[in-house]
Amino acid sequence: MSAVAAEGREAKAGSGRPSSITLLFNNRLATFGLSVLVLVVLTALLAPILPLADPNATDPASRLTPPFADGHILGTDALGRDMLSRLIWGTRVSLAVGFSASLIAAFAGSTIGLVAGYAGGRTDQALMRFIDLMMAFPYILLALAIVAILGPGLINALYAIAIVNVPFFARNIRGLTVGLARREFIDAARLSGKSSLAIIGTEVLPNVLPTIVITLSTTIGWMILETAGLSFLGLGAQPPQADLGSMLGEGRKVLFTTPFVSLVPGLMIFFIVLSINLLGDGIRDVLDPRLRSGALARPSARTDIAEDRVAGQSSARDDQVLDVKDLRTEFRIGRSIHKAVGGVDLAIAPGECLGLLGESGSGKSVTAMSLTGLVPSPPGLIAGGRIGFLGEDLLDVSDKRLRNLRGGDIAYVFQDPLATLHPLFTAGEQLIEAIRAHQDVDRAEARERALTLMRQVRIPNAEARMDAYPHKLSGGLRQRVSIAMALANDPKLIIADEPTTALDVTVQAQVLKLLDDLRKERGTAVLFITHDFGVVSEIADRVAVMYAGRIVETGPTGEVMANPAHPYTRMLVDCVPVMGEPDRRLSAIRGRPPAVDKLPKGCAFAPRCPRAEADCRRGTIPMEVKRGRIEARCIHPLAPGEALETGA
Amino acid sequence: MTAIIAKRLVAAIPVLFGLSIIVFLMIALIPGDPATAILGSYATPENVQELNEDLGLDKSLPQQYLAWLSGVLQGDFGRSYALNRPVIDEVLERFQATLILAGASLVLASLFGLLAGIVSAVRQFGLADKAITLLVLIGISVPSFWLGLILILYFAVKIRLFPASGMEAVYGGGGPLDVLHHLVLPAVTLAVVATGVIARLTRTAMLEVLRQDYIRTARAKGLSERRVIYVHAFKAALVSVIPVIGIQAGFVLGGAVYIETVFQWPGIGAMLVNAISQRDILLVQGGVLVVAASYVLFNLLADILQVALDPRLK
Repeated sequence: MSAVAAEGREAKAGSGRPSSITLLFNNRLATFGLSVLVLVVLTALLAPILPLADPNATDPASRLTPPFADGHILGTDALGRDMLSRLIWGTRVSLAVGFSASLIAAFAGSTIGLVAGYAGGRTDQALMRFIDLMMAFPYILLALAIVAILGPGLINALYAIAIVNVPFFARNIRGLTVGLARREFIDAARLSGKSSLAIIGTEVLPNVLPTIVITLSTTIGWMILETAGLSFLGLGAQPPQADLGSMLGEGRKVLFTTPFVSLVPGLMIFFIVLSINLLGDGIRDVLDPRLRSGALARPSARTDIAEDRVAGQSSARDDQVLDVKDLRTEFRIGRSIHKAVGGVDLAIAPGECLGLLGESGSGKSVTAMSLTGLVPSPPGLIAGGRIGFLGEDLLDVSDKRLRNLRGGDIAYVFQDPLATLHPLFTAGEQLIEAIRAHQDVDRAEARERALTLMRQVRIPNAEARMDAYPHKLSGGLRQRVSIAMALANDPKLIIADEPTTALDVTVQAQVLKLLDDLRKERGTAVLFITHDFGVVSEIADRVAVMYAGRIVETGPTGEVMANPAHPYTRMLVDCVPVMGEPDRRLSAIRGRPPAVDKLPKGCAFAPRCPRAEADCRRGTIPMEVKRGRIEARCIHPLAPGEALETGA
Repeated sequence: MTAIIAKRLVAAIPVLFGLSIIVFLMIALIPGDPATAILGSYATPENVQELNEDLGLDKSLPQQYLAWLSGVLQGDFGRSYALNRPVIDEVLERFQATLILAGASLVLASLFGLLAGIVSAVRQFGLADKAITLLVLIGISVPSFWLGLILILYFAVKIRLFPASGMEAVYGGGGPLDVLHHLVLPAVTLAVVATGVIARLTRTAMLEVLRQDYIRTARAKGLSERRVIYVHAFKAALVSVIPVIGIQAGFVLGGAVYIETVFQWPGIGAMLVNAISQRDILLVQGGVLVVAASYVLFNLLADILQVALDPRLK
C-alpha cells in the first residue's frame, strides 16, 4: 500500500501541477454553479438599469395575474406588484444580506481563531470555551435568540446569522493557527523583532487563507438560506422592504389559490444555494485535494484481471502447491503504468517454506496480494500470467471459488496485527467468524474450536483473551491471534507477509518459532515474505530474491546465503549482522530502487551495481545463470565466495 | 459503562451552566429598557415598575442570575404576558410536539442517510452513486420551508393523501394513528437536509474504512462481500457517523422552527416565532433554554452510543 501511495505522489510531481483556476474549470459541476451564480449576481446588480416595473407599485386592479399576461412575465402578487421585478430586487437584497453576513462571520470568526491560536494559553481557553458554548446551541435557535434580543428586522437578522456562523470559522482557523504558531518560520519572524500583529498578518494569515475560503464556500449557502428563512418567518425583512424569504412568506398566504407567487421566490433561493454549493464543492476539491472523492477510491472485492491476459504457457505442475508463472501486476494511476510485479515465477512444494526477499517497494507484498486478488483495484490490475494452486489457475476461478479458497486453503498472516485485526470485534469473535466462514458449525462449536486454536498458538489464559479487543492485547499476542485465524481452516498454504516486522526482537523470535513449529507439525506450505535475510534463514527452505518487480535469484537458503551469484543478493546478505563478528562492516545499499514506471533498460539493478558494465544496460537479462541449485538473473555473476568490491 | 455515562453526565453540567448564563443574559442584552421592550410602548409606568421588581431588574446582574437560576431549577421560568400563563406550562406542552417531530425526522434522516451513504460508497462512481450524490446536493440546497409548501400543494391539496397542517384532526382527531398521519409531511420535510448531510459523511466514512487493512483481512478470511461491507466496514464507519447524527439533532431541532410554522405544528419552534414577534421575551427565554438543554442531552446520548460501539474509547 505504501508503495502505491509513494508512486502516486511521484506521478503527481511528474505531471506538473495545473493552476487552481484551471482545476476548478475542469470540474464541470463547479463551472456550472459558477455560471449560474455569475448570471444571478449580474442580474441583481443590474436591477436599477434593467427595464423593470417598480417592484413596490401596487395595482389592485390586476392582482394575482398569471404569468405572461398583461406584460407581467411572472404575473403579479396579491397587491398587483410585478413579480419579475420583485424577484430581481428581492434577489438583490437576499444576496447582499447573505454575502454581508458571510463576510462578517468570516472576518470575526477568523480573527478570533487567529488570536486564540496564536496567543494560546488563557486567551485561547477563554475564547474557545465561549465558541464551544455557542455551538452547544442548535444553530437556528441561537439566531432566533439573537433576533429576540435585537428585535425583528433585516439588519438584525443579518447580524444573527453572521454571529451563529462565527464558531465555524473560529474553530477551523484556530486549529490551523495553533499548528503554525509552533513552526520555525514563526519563531524566526518573532526573533527578527516583528510585532505579533505583523506576524499574524504577514506570516500566519496567508497560510490559513485557503481554509477561510473553504469554510466560506461551505457556509455561505447556509447563510443565504437562513437569512431568507428568518425573513420567511417574518423576523427578517419588514414590509415594504422585501427579500426572497419575505416574498415567499407573503406568497404563502395565497398558496392554495395562486401557488405560483410563493413557488417562484423559493425556486430562486434554491438555485442560488445550489449554485453556491456546487461551486463550494469544486473549490474545496481544488484547495484540499485530500477530500476529493477520487482520492478515496474504493477497492473492489477482487483485483481486476486484464481481459487480454496471456496465461503463462507452462503445464500445470500438480506436484507443487503453488506454481506462479510470469505474474504481472500493475498499478494504473492516471496515464502512467507502474509495473509493480513484472513477470514473477514462483513454485512451492507441499510442506515447503519459500522466503521471498527484497527491499520495500520491490513488489514482494504485491506479489503475495495478487495470489488471491487482494491488490486494491483501482488502481491494481493483474495484467498477465497464471497462478497455479493445486492444479487450478486462481486467475480463472469464479469469485465464489476464490472466496472459498481465501481463508480456507490459502490463509494470510499480515504485518501489523493492530491494523489488520478489526478494532471493534474481540479476538474471539474474529476467530469464530473465520471458522464459520468455512465450516458448517454452530456458534458454541465454533467457540470451542477457536479456544483450541488459541491454545495451539500458545496464547496464555486463552479463555479470557477470547473476549479481549485487539487494542488490549500485546503485539505478540495479536500476531498469535492472526496466526490462529490463519490456521483456523487447515490451509494448504500460508502466506505470511512480514509477520514479524512490527514486533520487537524477542517476540519476533517467539512468533517465528511458533510459525515454524506449526507448519512442520501440519505440513503446511508457507510463502514467507520479508526484507531480512536474518529472519529468512531461520525458517525458509528456499529463498527467492526480488528486485524491481522481478525475481533476480533463487535457490536453497543455505547456498544462496553462503554463495550468492547476484550482486544484489550479496548486498542483502551483507546487511545482516552476524553474532560474534562485531567488527564486520554492515554495508547499507547505496541508492534507491528504481521507480517501477520508469524501469531502466536491461538490468534494473545496474544503476546501483558496482559490477555493472555496458552490456548490463542493453537488453532484458534472462534467468540463465545456474550454479548448483541456484538460479540468478545476472550476466556478471559473483564466483562462489567472491566478495563485492563496493568501491566505497 | 455506568462509570462512563456518569462521567459524561458530569461533564455536561458546565455546558448546561454556560447555556443558562447566555440565555439569562438575553434580557440584559436587550437594547434600551427591558421592561418597556417586554411590555410594549403602551405600558404604564406602574406596569414597568411592577415587572422590574418581578424580574429583579433593579438588582445587580449576578444577583439577578442567581434568583433566576433558582427559579428555573424549581421550574419557574416566569410568566408569559402575551399568553397570560406560566412559561413552563406552555413550553413543556409545546416541547412534546417538537420532540415527536424532531425525533421522527432524526430517525428518518439516520435511516435513509446511512443507507444512501453505504450504497453510494459501495457503488462508487456508478449510476447509483451519481444519482445519490445529485439528490444529496439538492437536498442540502433546498429551502426546507419552500419544500414544505410544495409537499403541501401536492400531497395535501392535489392528491389529498396527508393533511396540510396541525398535529391532530380538529374534529374526532387524536390518537397515535392520527398524529402519525399528520406527522408524515412535516417529518419528511424536516429530515431532508439532515439526510443529505448524513449520507455525504457516511459515504466518506465508508470509503475511508474500506481502504483499511482490517477490511483486507476480512476479505482474506473468505468472508462474503456482503458481510465485509455491512458488518465489518459499516460498524467501523458508524463510529465516525454517530457524532454527525448528534450534531444533526441540533439542525433538526432548529429547523423545526420553519417546519412547525409551515405545517402549523403546535411545537416550540412555532411558539418561539410568535413569541419573538410579540416580544414575549420570557417565553423565548424558556423555550430556548429547554431546546438547547435537550440538544446537549442528544449529543450526550450520541457520545455514549459511540463509546458503546468503540471499545477503544473506553
